Order: sequence, then C-alpha cells, then structure tokens
Amino acid sequence: MEEQVIPGWKKWFEGSGDQIIFLKGFFRNMFRGGFEWSEFVRQCYEIGYKSFMLVGITSFIMGLVLALQLRPTLVNFGALSMLPKSLAVSIVREIGPIITAMICAGKIGSGIGAELGSMKVTEQIDAMEVSGANPVQYLIVTRILATTFMVPVLTLLGDVLGLLGGFIAINITSSVSVMLYFNKCLASIDFTDFLPAFIKTIFFGFIIGFVGCYKGYNSNRGTASVGLAANSAVVTASLWIFVIDAIVVQVSSLLFYR
Amino acid sequence: MEETEKNSEKKSKPSETVIHIKGLKKSFGSNDVLKNINLDVKRGENVVILGKSGTGKSVTIQCIVGTLAPDAGEVTVFGEEVASLKERQLKELRMKIGFLFQGGALYDSMTVRENLEFPLTRVLKLKDQGEIDRRVEEVLDNVGLSDAIDKMPSDLSGGMRKRVGLARTLIVKPEIMLYDEPTTGLDPITSREISELILQMQKKYKTTSIIITHDMECAGITADRVVIMRDGEYTAEGSFEELKKSKDEFVRSFF
Repeated sequence: MEEQVIPGWKKWFEGSGDQIIFLKGFFRNMFRGGFEWSEFVRQCYEIGYKSFMLVGITSFIMGLVLALQLRPTLVNFGALSMLPKSLAVSIVREIGPIITAMICAGKIGSGIGAELGSMKVTEQIDAMEVSGANPVQYLIVTRILATTFMVPVLTLLGDVLGLLGGFIAINITSSVSVMLYFNKCLASIDFTDFLPAFIKTIFFGFIIGFVGCYKGYNSNRGTASVGLAANSAVVTASLWIFVIDAIVVQVSSLLFYR
Repeated sequence: MEETEKNSEKKSKPSETVIHIKGLKKSFGSNDVLKNINLDVKRGENVVILGKSGTGKSVTIQCIVGTLAPDAGEVTVFGEEVASLKERQLKELRMKIGFLFQGGALYDSMTVRENLEFPLTRVLKLKDQGEIDRRVEEVLDNVGLSDAIDKMPSDLSGGMRKRVGLARTLIVKPEIMLYDEPTTGLDPITSREISELILQMQKKYKTTSIIITHDMECAGITADRVVIMRDGEYTAEGSFEELKKSKDEFVRSFF
C-alpha cells in the first residue's frame, strides 16, 4: 500500500518541478531578443477572432437566461427596477469572466494541447530544436502571451453581449430603451467591480495558455498522447480557473468590499 | 564506373575526424541501450549504421546532436565534447549539423516555402528577402521540387516530404548530415531516388554523413563504410562489399 502512495507523490513533485522549469523557460525566452511578432499576431487571430462567435453566443444566451430567471424573484420582492443592476454586477464580476474562461479552456486550451502534442509526435518540435531554432520562443511564448492578451478582450466582448441578452429578455415582457438600460447597467457598476474581474481574466488567459502548452509540449510519443494532452489541458486549466477565481474573489473582497 | 568514381573521391578526402565517439553508454531505466560504442567519422565520409530495431541507432545520433546526454563515454563533434557545451555553444554546433527525420518532420501549419524560410530567418537570421528567395529556389531545384513551393505538407507524397525535409536541412549548408531511416515507408523506386539524392547532395554540399537505415539498397548506394550494431555495441565494420562477403551469420542476415 505504502509502495503505491510514495510513487504517486514523487510523480506529483516531479510534475510540479517540471512545470516550474517550464515557467522559467517561458519568462527567460519572453525577454530574449527576436520576439516572434508575426506568430504572436497569428495566434491572437486564431485564439481571439475564431473564438469570438462561440463566446459571444454563449454570453448572450447566459445574459438572456439570467434575466429571465431573475425577473420573477425580483418581482416577488417588488424590486424589478434592480434587474439591470443585478445583471450588470453578476455578469461583469463573475459570469462573464468564468463563462469566457471555461469556453476558452475548452476550445483554445485543448487546441493548443493537441497541436503541440501532434507536433511532438511528428518530431516537428525536435526538428526545430536540432536545427538550432528556439521552439520555446516560437511556439510557447507566442501562444501563452496570445491567450493572456485575448481572453480579457473576449471577456469584455462577452460582457457586452451578455448585457445585450439581458436587455432582450427584459424587452420580451416590458419596453425599456437601449439607452436607459445600458445607462442603468453602467451606473450600477464601478471601478471595484470591474478591475478585479478584469485582472482575473488576465490570469485565466495565462493559465489556459500555460497549461495547454505544457501538456502539449511534454506529451509522450504516440497518437494516444495527443488526445491525452488535449484532454488533460482542458481539465487542468478548468480546475486552475476555479482556484484562481476563488483566490481573486477572496483578495478583492478583503480589499474592496468590506 | 560509379564505384571507381567513389573510390577516387574517397582517396582525395582529407582524413580529419569530425565525429569521435568513445565508450558511449546510454540506458533508459533498466534497459541498457548503448553499452560501448566507439566510432570515428572522417570529413566527407558516408557512414551507414545498420542494426535491428531497438539496438540504439537513433539514440547514437541523438547523442551526437545533443538531444540526449550520454551516461558515460564521450561524443566529440569538431573537437568539442557535446555533453559539456552550454546552450549557446550547442546551438552554434547544431547550425553545422543537419538532421533528417524519418517522416521529414515538416512544419504542417506552414507551406513548403515557409518551411524552407524558417531556418534561414530563425537560425541564420537572414533579413534580405531576395537572398532568402534565391536560396529557397536553389535548394528546391536541387531536390527537384520547384513546383511544390507553395504547397502545404499535407498535399505532398511521402517521397516529396522526405525531399522537402532534406532541402530544409541542406538550406543552411550543414557540414554534417544525420539521416534517421531516410527511406522507411517509401516504395522501392522512390527509395532508390532518395538514396541517390542523398549521394548527390553529399557530393554537392560536401557533407559528412551518418545514415541509419534498414534498407540495404540505400546502404549499398550511399555507404563508404558500414557499421553493424548488435545489442548496443558495434559488431562489424567495413565496406558494403566486404560485409556482404562476411562469414558471420548475423552480418550476412542483413544482405
């Protein structure tokens, strides 16, 4: 029994050590000369533009459903006028960032894990390394920075579309002008709602890129490893997103909402 | 005729040793893959390594290029011990070594042109687009694939992928070429074409080569010297013709 437990822990510590070395490699290569701008822009396009529809539709539906669900409860309390505020705060603080991050972990994280895993299996990464090129700078730095940059941008767009979904839901039963609705939404959120939420999306983006790259780059040889790398990238990144969310919410509660 | 040409060329080759391997050992867990490898490769020489799968042929060339560190022994390339090199020195050494992978290892998100431009812009740091275009066109012409310049790797056949892979390694004009089973998975006609191409390119670019193969026709076309590996050690060495006449049953089983 003891023999089974010890290798598990050993493996966990080895894995943690590998991740720290990988992280160090990322930072060292990020500040090294010859940044791959064209690859970074291409990755931003792949990650951002191609995920926009999925994030947009999901956020829109979430806003719409949330408004429809909130409405009866608020009516019972005679607080229907609080609907735009409730929507704005919940979407900007929590629902927008989490929904966007989870979609990105599924779509982008698995994509990066599978792409790099397949490059590993077909010896493309080895070919880069033995030619004297720098695969970390070309493949890893660009992808992690692209997710770190694009996830917050996608979250902002998702927030706007989520609020638009809420507006449509409200207008199913009553008539409210766009200007009035968005004015009420914007008036009900302030700097302390927006800033911690925005900062956590930067961490979400970083962890999605980092986990995807780490799992893909370190996958074993063999086709099964590609699927495993993609799957493991999604599961691990999703878990980290919730951990980061819990930490950021705790810290921001201590700093802003006491 | 061809043999005479090869022999006369061999005589004119300088005898400088470019790759020196002494007492090389490498294990993976309890599996001793390389037990005691000793090999000297002279400038301009084509050495073919033969051996059954899993005998450590690929591990040997991975130790030469520094992607695997030996457990014991020394691997010296151009007088520098590979295992003791720092990152920058290793990168400089790798710029002198070309490595052709079994499947070509083409970057599948890039066109053939972008694949060939990659080492020029990232390794040699060339900026002049005219010079880059000239070198890409020249090397593609040398491997007979000028028409494939804007194709994606997925649009190429196995033989074409190997040719482009060869072109991508030759474009930086390496002094040493390492071939990991260059004809595996190809039909006999394409295998012969690739083997002849390896020989042509070796003459044109004046490279020193180590070729790992199971293909005896490839070995016959390309080898100046053949070494046969068995259980992590070299068991026989000589010219293709000499080994063909060997009385050792294991050696003869390859021919």
